[in-house]
Amino acid sequence: MKWFDSWALTLAVFLPLVGALVLAALPAAMDRLIRVASVVVTFLALLAGVAVLARFDYGAGATMQFEVDRSWIEAIGTRYHLGVDGISLPLLAMSLLLCFLCAVYSTRILPEPGNARSFLALLLVLETGMNGTFAALDLILFFVFWELVLVPMFFIIAVWGGPRRGYASIKFVLYTVIGSVVMLLGFLALWYQSAPQVADRTFDVLALQELGPARFAGTFGTLVFAAIGLGFAVKVPVWPLHTWLPDAHTEAPTVGSVLLAAVLLKMGTYGFVRIALPVLPDAARTWAPTIGVLGTIAIIYGSLCCLAQRDIKRLIAYSSVGHMGFVMLGIATLTTAGINAAVFGMVAHGIITGMLFFLAGSLHDRYHTRDIVEIGGGVASKLPRWAGIFTLSCIASLGLPGLAGFWGEILALLAAWNPAPGLSVPLFRTLAVVGLIGTLLTAGYFLWLLQRVNLGRVPDRWSSKQLGDVAAVEYTAWVPLVLLIVALGFAPRLVLGVTNPAVTGWFANLFR
Amino acid sequence: MRIDFHAILPELVLAGTALLVLVVDLFVERTKVVANYLAIAGTLAAAGALASLAPGGTRATFGGSFVVDNYALLFKALFLGSLLLVLLMSTRYVSAGTSYQGEFYFLVLSSFVGMLLMPSSRDLLMLFLSLEIVSATGFIVAGFRKGDARSNEGALKFLLIGVLSTAVMLFGMSLVYGFTGSLRLGEIAARLQAVGGEPAAVMSVFLVVTGFAFKVSAAPFHFWAPDTYEGSPVPVAAYLSVASKAAGFAGLLQVTFVAFPSYARYWAPAFAVLAALTMLIGNVVALAQTNIVRLLAYSSVAQAGYMLVPFAVGNSGAPDARSKAFQAVLIYLLYYGVTNLGAFAVVTLVSQRQPANLLADYNGLGRRSPGLAVAMTLFLLSLAGWPPFAGWYAKFVVFQSALGAGQTSLTVLAVFMAVMTVVAFFYYLAVIGRMWLSPPLEEAVAAGVPSPSPLLGLSIALSVAGVIVLGILPGLLVQYAPLSTLVASR
Repeated sequence: MKWFDSWALTLAVFLPLVGALVLAALPAAMDRLIRVASVVVTFLALLAGVAVLARFDYGAGATMQFEVDRSWIEAIGTRYHLGVDGISLPLLAMSLLLCFLCAVYSTRILPEPGNARSFLALLLVLETGMNGTFAALDLILFFVFWELVLVPMFFIIAVWGGPRRGYASIKFVLYTVIGSVVMLLGFLALWYQSAPQVADRTFDVLALQELGPARFAGTFGTLVFAAIGLGFAVKVPVWPLHTWLPDAHTEAPTVGSVLLAAVLLKMGTYGFVRIALPVLPDAARTWAPTIGVLGTIAIIYGSLCCLAQRDIKRLIAYSSVGHMGFVMLGIATLTTAGINAAVFGMVAHGIITGMLFFLAGSLHDRYHTRDIVEIGGGVASKLPRWAGIFTLSCIASLGLPGLAGFWGEILALLAAWNPAPGLSVPLFRTLAVVGLIGTLLTAGYFLWLLQRVNLGRVPDRWSSKQLGDVAAVEYTAWVPLVLLIVALGFAPRLVLGVTNPAVTGWFANLFR
Repeated sequence: MRIDFHAILPELVLAGTALLVLVVDLFVERTKVVANYLAIAGTLAAAGALASLAPGGTRATFGGSFVVDNYALLFKALFLGSLLLVLLMSTRYVSAGTSYQGEFYFLVLSSFVGMLLMPSSRDLLMLFLSLEIVSATGFIVAGFRKGDARSNEGALKFLLIGVLSTAVMLFGMSLVYGFTGSLRLGEIAARLQAVGGEPAAVMSVFLVVTGFAFKVSAAPFHFWAPDTYEGSPVPVAAYLSVASKAAGFAGLLQVTFVAFPSYARYWAPAFAVLAALTMLIGNVVALAQTNIVRLLAYSSVAQAGYMLVPFAVGNSGAPDARSKAFQAVLIYLLYYGVTNLGAFAVVTLVSQRQPANLLADYNGLGRRSPGLAVAMTLFLLSLAGWPPFAGWYAKFVVFQSALGAGQTSLTVLAVFMAVMTVVAFFYYLAVIGRMWLSPPLEEAVAAGVPSPSPLLGLSIALSVAGVIVLGILPGLLVQYAPLSTLVASR
């Protein structure tokens, strides 16, 4: 299996791209074949991921495994370096799973104006970008995958999106691009600072982590952290850079919103954990209070915006702003507990919010509106099974103990109570309290949402209409997510057991 | 003096072809298009002659005024490649539009003879002559659509601004000669050091640089470019925006890095300002364009701005920062050339049925001609610098060279360039959006899109392949030749 170990990640990353080329070569008329092919391709990539999960040495979660390190562009000293550890493995697995489920979902349900070939080919290119981001260990490789995500998502929103798709798609691209070019400048600055001799300079994340604390101290580190952090923060999105998110999520087609919320946002937080914190620990300590405050503002702001929404999808989009605020608060504590909480929060939010966007999309398919007032309640009697899953997902999202959403939030708040040495304890305890109030608001708007959508009498205009409950293909796409929501709630060890060795390994010595 | 005829063989072949085309054109009445085929054959022959020079190492002739080294070979390869693509674009476009085909090809070929001479020229006189050969013929082909008032206007502007800047440059050259007593670039470099910071000498250097700034359409010397591109036949716009610009950069690299390095403390800051201004004007004005050729014209002004950024590094004391900067310009030119020629090839095809070249003509191109739309999308994304297409690497090396100097002002310039690339994304995406998202206009559907001739189709496909392969494996071209021999060997 030596062969597999060195090829597994390459397969998981590039199989979808190969699949996209195959799809592009098929005639558009072979619609069924195209849809099946995309399921097969994403399934094969998922299989590679499952094999990685099976062969991963969980005891040594802090060391990079399945590494590939080959020469790529020698002139600038960048290498084709992939690898996973306990931090990236859960995210990679989540990305692979969600792409597969999206492909399954698309076998039956495709947004207007159809054209399965282009849609699925773009989806597969998107998957390559996302998987690659979670596996890349070279800054330039990371940047290429990071940017690769952009154009497929632009087209998915712009072609298959809702009425304001043109505005939303261009806003999404411009926000992300401005972040990522500044991020690239930050990467280059790291490269220059990494060694006095050109030949010794490196883009390698692991090598930079070793150099980090000694070489990138002082103002240089603070500025570079700001540059890199801006790129990540736009993607997360950190308040006040979040304004692209509600538009993009709302206008994107169902599958696009699912992947945006579940995977794309995690690229930003992952960037903080993988690159910004370990390479620039001193600067991270300087910026941590700012990040913590912005994260907490996002929690409160997101919840308040949710209370004001009438559009279900927009409401879920704003709830993402709040949930990512918890993740950022966890990261800002600079403690192993906080970062564990952050990674757990990323996975949990990915699964739960992915699920919620699936549900919102399917509700729209049936009612042809996402306006809560127009739907007018009574969904529980109209579509009982849908309403059941929706209830479960909502209470998971609001952080009910026993479901996946709980652990990320509570651990982040606990970590904020005891931040890393050197950080202001009063400030972070205040943030923890404010965050706690945020969880109450979150519970408030989700319960209110459930009340307005699920409960009550079916309005007259809907009572005469025949609306089908959850279809077979929807069950296929959703059941794995529902199972995961429950499983992670009961056994958070499934994720924390993987991340903890890695987090302790990387961060224990950095922020003492 | 013995002349090394092998060294000048590509130029000889091309000049011979130009004359042959002119003569043959006199004797054919109907099938004027034969001039195009002859020109293509001549270009291929010149490329063969160039290939035969490749393994030979450095050759010098005419007493060292004319040198063939890696630097020159690389540029000549770029020029011949562009010429081939321009000729392929012209085949149907020109035969449909004018009866003066022989003259057209004669002028284009002559202009390229000047370009081939440019990177080999190692004294001011040769540089001036080659620049004039490029420009003088360019003035005429730019006005080739004689019936069109915009073409006349564009050509006239091109001529007036071109002649003015040439005069300024020539004046500067004569002053430089006065100070140093030499026209040789290498000798000028050595003697300028002795002259020191004499104000008149500094001014003369700036005058020379100005002449080239016009050629590369750097702001504020760019005013001619959009009007001239718009008025010219589209293949001519392609050659002005790629080959002629590259020739300008070939000359600019030589005067700045080879002849005037000791004055870098004067010209490097000036280039920083020039680059910032060029990026700003090119990108911001491009946002407002409604004509695809004008949009590409302003985009090419903006791209010239990116290419000027490494010049601002010329004064850096950091180890090998100068050769990195030099290399960054070369890489950018090559990658930009492949991409932009591809884009113009698509524009040429579309404009055969819709000669107004409006952006609206591109509405729904994705439905009318998916292949062309995919190609155009790739070219525009590459121009915008989206990885993994070629353009990202070009921008990357420019960023790298600017940040590598370790000066605050250059870091600021790099950040400014970063902001400008975001602005550029907006207008490139707008065109892409038109192609894929807007429904086509009715007239456009009626007009249709001509399918490319097999050869032109092949060359578009090759450009697409180049954009993809160079983006994923940029090492291929970079490792082929030690690009910076010219600066390093000095």
